[in-house]
Amino acid sequence: MRKNRASLTSAAVLLLVFAAGCHKKAPPPTPAAPPSAPPPAAAPVINYFNAEPSSISSGQPSSLRWSVDNATNVQIDNGIGQVSPNGRRAVYPTATTTYHMTASGAGGNVSADATVTVGTPPPAEAPPPRNTETVADILAHRVQDIHFDYDKSDVRQQDQPVLQGDADALKTIFQMDPNFVVTIEGHCDERGSAEYNLGLGDRRASATKDALVSLGVPGDKLKTISYGKERPICTDASEDCYARNRRAHFSAGQ
Amino acid sequence: MMRFFFASLLLFASLGSIGARQEIQGNIIKNPGKPLVAVPDFRASGAAASYVGAFNSTVASDLQSSPLINFVPKTMYPLQAPQQPQDLISGVASPSRGAYTPQGKRLSDWSLPPVSTNYLGMGYGAESHGNFVVFGWFYSTSPTMATLQQAQVFGKVYTASLDQNGAVDAGHRFAADILAQFGGKSLVGTRIVFVSNRSGAKEIWIMNWDGTDQRQLTRYGSISTFPSASPDGRIVAFTTYAAGYPAIQMFSLDTGRKLPFYNQRASMNAFVTFTPDSKRIVFSSTAAGGPAQLYMTNVDGSGLHRVSSSGAIEVEAKINPKTGADLVDVSGRSGLPQIYQMNLEGADVQRLSAGTGEATNPAWSPDGEHIAFAWTRGFEPGNYNIFIMDVTSRQATQLTANEGRNENPSWAPDGAHIVYASMRGRQSQIWVMNADGTGKHPLTDRGSNEKPVWVYAEQ
Repeated sequence: MRKNRASLTSAAVLLLVFAAGCHKKAPPPTPAAPPSAPPPAAAPVINYFNAEPSSISSGQPSSLRWSVDNATNVQIDNGIGQVSPNGRRAVYPTATTTYHMTASGAGGNVSADATVTVGTPPPAEAPPPRNTETVADILAHRVQDIHFDYDKSDVRQQDQPVLQGDADALKTIFQMDPNFVVTIEGHCDERGSAEYNLGLGDRRASATKDALVSLGVPGDKLKTISYGKERPICTDASEDCYARNRRAHFSAGQ
Repeated sequence: MMRFFFASLLLFASLGSIGARQEIQGNIIKNPGKPLVAVPDFRASGAAASYVGAFNSTVASDLQSSPLINFVPKTMYPLQAPQQPQDLISGVASPSRGAYTPQGKRLSDWSLPPVSTNYLGMGYGAESHGNFVVFGWFYSTSPTMATLQQAQVFGKVYTASLDQNGAVDAGHRFAADILAQFGGKSLVGTRIVFVSNRSGAKEIWIMNWDGTDQRQLTRYGSISTFPSASPDGRIVAFTTYAAGYPAIQMFSLDTGRKLPFYNQRASMNAFVTFTPDSKRIVFSSTAAGGPAQLYMTNVDGSGLHRVSSSGAIEVEAKINPKTGADLVDVSGRSGLPQIYQMNLEGADVQRLSAGTGEATNPAWSPDGEHIAFAWTRGFEPGNYNIFIMDVTSRQATQLTANEGRNENPSWAPDGAHIVYASMRGRQSQIWVMNADGTGKHPLTDRGSNEKPVWVYAEQ
């Protein structure tokens, strides 16, 4: 229970960071009180999430390891994306990096951090002020891919927070530059036929566009294109790679 | 001949359907009643001698890989093979004059054991005016033929360039003339259009049916893929991202230039199939929003009307080349992609594939009675194998197994060969096989090559 409360708090902090990042409505959502009824049995639990070694010199590998129970979706930020509930991954940070894991399931969301320290800890630095961020920066770093199940093109319930974050970031982009156009690319994993996947990628791009428009993003700024399975971001024959390739990706439109 | 061949395929299919999975190995479908053909090695003198070996191996390979005949192994042949009609001695040797060893100069030396062939091919090569010239004859060894003249089926002269390619070409032509006697349509002059990334980007390429003379047709440096060919053999249609979005382009094989085509305003236009008269097409488009649907237009993109109206993805339409009145396509209307048949108004929709796994890449046989397709039956998603199906009975026969991922079958005009893409490792290559699953061999080896389509003019 202690663990749960701690994770609820950190989820709230996460929401706060999101909201603050978008120049939006000042009041952060208040953390929901723990339910008085018995909590759902299937609340996600992060058994561990750590980096080994936790201190490296630049260019050296560190291994992220994690184990999560009762989660239907496990994401790691910093460009890693969706991962399996139990796993490890080598990372090569060139500066001290805190990896942020979010596990979500029917019983709610939990998150945890693992930090890899590179060289001597750098002097504490204030994050760059938002107004130096270009629309391209926002598109590259704050608009995240939406992922899909095999042969499916509907945005999954557990991806709603990502979608909301994308909607907020896109609205910021279009406020900053009214002439900017974003292309939503639909992609598929390598298993289906290239032909069917062209149709499926089109559905994924268009379903993502529809979902963003329903969150208030102007539809005339969003184009869609299907790449089917012609532009994979990884090519190994693993469930993890397939899941990464089943995505809607955002790029600067022409 | 074709009908008999498919009848034996069907017999095999129905026998095999008892087991969990059918696999064709070796020569299971070989028909013992097929005619036997023997062709002893041709000899040649002078400059032609260097190339006659390529001629001989081409003839042997074409005849061995044909489902229409059985080729008698050369180890059975008499030592003295005739090289021209004058070498033949008429009549049957009489064994009464001591022990008789077949010398090979009489047709009976070939018709009786151990050769026991029904037909004999023979001839020789020579250099003439700087060309590789082959004189080839074909004889029936049947004892019912009263004279050598009656026994001769054909005699022809083949002129080709005096090099390896010329000798191979002459070999294909001689073998095709032999197979034509047994209902075989010649593949000589037919081509295969395909997609290759060997230039650094996916481009459309074309080659001869035997893998020679591989040429690049497009140079967009983009993604150009999903080729198809018009039944008159004059147009290759494909889908290219050259203008930013997947759009259809028509390419004239006569002029080597693109033809005018009006693309619908849509996020994708792709997968062209032609009517038998090559004047109209059906393709997939998102012109109406929603999932890609089938539309029909003229070959220049004008005169749009909608064919399918399902709420699911509809791709890979293939119009029946014989009837021109119905098509097969791949649809997601029942979940995972399956093969459906419908008429050109989009009505009379029926599912052809069994509904299990994913069934894609349908391709009509030239007789319009069978489809070849790729199916994951019995395997995990993505592990496709080539099957053929009798469209009336819906019996499916598996042609590939445990040989990587096999996709995009396309029939040769003889209805007896199928070209397809086989991914064994991380690279895909173009392979060809007999329509009974025998005689598999690769045609490409540079870069990754996929989506082959046989190009030929319908007679």
